[in-house]
Amino acid sequence: MRAFVAVTRRDLLLAVRRRSEIANPLLFMLIVISLFPLGISPAPETLRLIAPGIIWVVALLSVLLTLESMFRADFDDGSLEQMLVSPHPLALLVTAKIAAHWLVTGLPLLLVSPLLGALTHLNAATTVVLAASLALGTPVLSFVGAIGVALTVGLRRGGALLSLLVLPLYIPTLIFGANAVSAVMDGLPYHGQLMMLGAFLLFSLALAPLAAAAALRISMN
Amino acid sequence: MWTFFHKLGSPPYFYRIAGRLIPWLGWVCAGLLVAGLYGGLVLAPPDYQQGDSYRIIFIHVPSAWMSLFIYVLMAVSGAVGLIWRIKVAEAIAAASAPVGAWFTFLALITGSLWGKPMWGTYWVWDARLTSELILLFLYLGVIGLHSAIEDRRTASRATAVLSLVGLVNIPIIHFSVEWWNTLHQGATVTKIGAPSIDLSMLLPLLIMALGFKLYYFMVLLMRSRVEVLERERGSVWVREVVQTG
Amino acid sequence: MSKPSTSLFEATKLECWRGDRCLFSELDLALAAGEALQVVGPNGCGKTTLLRAVCGLTRAERGTFIFRGAPLDGSPETFRSELVYIGHENGLKSELTALENLRALRDIAAQRRELSLQAALKRVGLEGFEDRPVRTLSSGQRRRVALARLLIAQATLWLLDEPFTALDQAGARLVNVLVEQHLNAGGGIIFTSHIPLALTKGSPRQIMLST
Repeated sequence: MRAFVAVTRRDLLLAVRRRSEIANPLLFMLIVISLFPLGISPAPETLRLIAPGIIWVVALLSVLLTLESMFRADFDDGSLEQMLVSPHPLALLVTAKIAAHWLVTGLPLLLVSPLLGALTHLNAATTVVLAASLALGTPVLSFVGAIGVALTVGLRRGGALLSLLVLPLYIPTLIFGANAVSAVMDGLPYHGQLMMLGAFLLFSLALAPLAAAAALRISMN
Repeated sequence: MWTFFHKLGSPPYFYRIAGRLIPWLGWVCAGLLVAGLYGGLVLAPPDYQQGDSYRIIFIHVPSAWMSLFIYVLMAVSGAVGLIWRIKVAEAIAAASAPVGAWFTFLALITGSLWGKPMWGTYWVWDARLTSELILLFLYLGVIGLHSAIEDRRTASRATAVLSLVGLVNIPIIHFSVEWWNTLHQGATVTKIGAPSIDLSMLLPLLIMALGFKLYYFMVLLMRSRVEVLERERGSVWVREVVQTG
Repeated sequence: MSKPSTSLFEATKLECWRGDRCLFSELDLALAAGEALQVVGPNGCGKTTLLRAVCGLTRAERGTFIFRGAPLDGSPETFRSELVYIGHENGLKSELTALENLRALRDIAAQRRELSLQAALKRVGLEGFEDRPVRTLSSGQRRRVALARLLIAQATLWLLDEPFTALDQAGARLVNVLVEQHLNAGGGIIFTSHIPLALTKGSPRQIMLST
């Protein structure tokens, strides 16, 4: 537990020191979302129709942007080696890294979701469901993404490959996340979708750290 | 039985056995494909709704089956290589990925060609086609990762982890896509009226499926032989093989 | 010279590859408690790989490891908890201070000793630099921060990859003293270095790797 806290705290401290790491994905998200009214139509009906999809797709992409930072710096400066020779289970330390990653990228995203909702004319009830879907879904993105980063961390040009590895695995989260939001807009039940996201979360919490740990050991070989 | 598998794990033995099997597989496979195509294109009657255009299923359906079958086999042999460090299993996994990707591609192409007369367009976001497309992405990821890592053994082990992750995700993706599809399109035309398929169509279809499978095994053995040779290039037996021809 | 005391660590028939190249095979090494072993050889002969194989970072193609008489198969955790590894990279975050870095490294690593982080940093000559971000430190000072881990970890086996890198003469003397103390306390050290280590008991045993 002490090791878990130590890893999370170190990463959070680093994020605070390099503030741009928190700000950039958020700004990316805001800018891209504001491109859609310009590119398609500012009409509220149109925006409402596409809002769930674009918010979720942009969330996916902004998480993807930040994934590499999860292990890349650790790989370069030798911190990763120290985690691997630690007596604590690597999967636990990886979970700590993922938790820190989510706190730095997923949580801020969740916090600005009312703003995103306002930009795309979502009503209050819809925005709440949007926030709920992001709360359940973005940790899944961090967990699954960790496997991809762990596999590509030793590669010089891992970035493009990373999106190829990770994005197909994000599809179920995208489907249920975006659909929960559209369902509430259409007055349809959305609890099933949220429960599905919750199931994905539990599932990835159980398995992704193990896979990422195995992948790290292979990448570090 | 176990000693057989144990022996099969040794590269030189695998190389010899595979070399002997390939011609046999080739002839049987060719026979099955000819019989299947004859049965499917000539003997089977035209569909009362779709006319002759349905006949593409004799390629499309076996390819789609193979695309999934090969992924499973690739992931399982990858896992075997990962856990027991069997070089032949690593070679089989590495050799499977491109073959599987091509079958997936073939299933997509034939599916979209079939879509033209059926739906009037080459691409429809139908659940099966979409799943197949995502499967192609998964294959491309596996191939991309394998080629990005220089060290072959590391590449094999990393790829094995990725394909296992993919394997776990395939049912989830499939389910999600099915669910998404029913939501957005209502009931799409199901491609094969599964219960009503006539024996004269089913039989060629199964023969074709078997032929495709044997074709895969043949190509797999050929590719893995090359993989094994490359991976073992420093060893004595490979030098002997190369010298004697 | 060194009396045949209890065996601390053994590796037998070790074989490691890098890509297509076999770095070494059939390599045996044994380390007694209170003994230091220097891995020498030309560049690219696999010194670092040998250290990494011992601490489990690199997978040995073949070979067995024995720690305190028990083979290391099932539970690497006990072995790792008695291990300090200092690699080429110091494992430090440049945005964090020396103290913060050391604290994080202590908490994820081996069991700790009753020595405060401040005291450890003072011992390696970094008094007054505790709260400086590591990026403002010189490379020798960074190496010293990494070496401070040797003081705070309650570890028996030290694996040091080029410990003298970037250190000045005082730093090198410091390493000598730390090593000497560790050996006297019954610890073991495997290290790579091109610089001979001067111990009071004489130079350490060497293991030669060739290309």
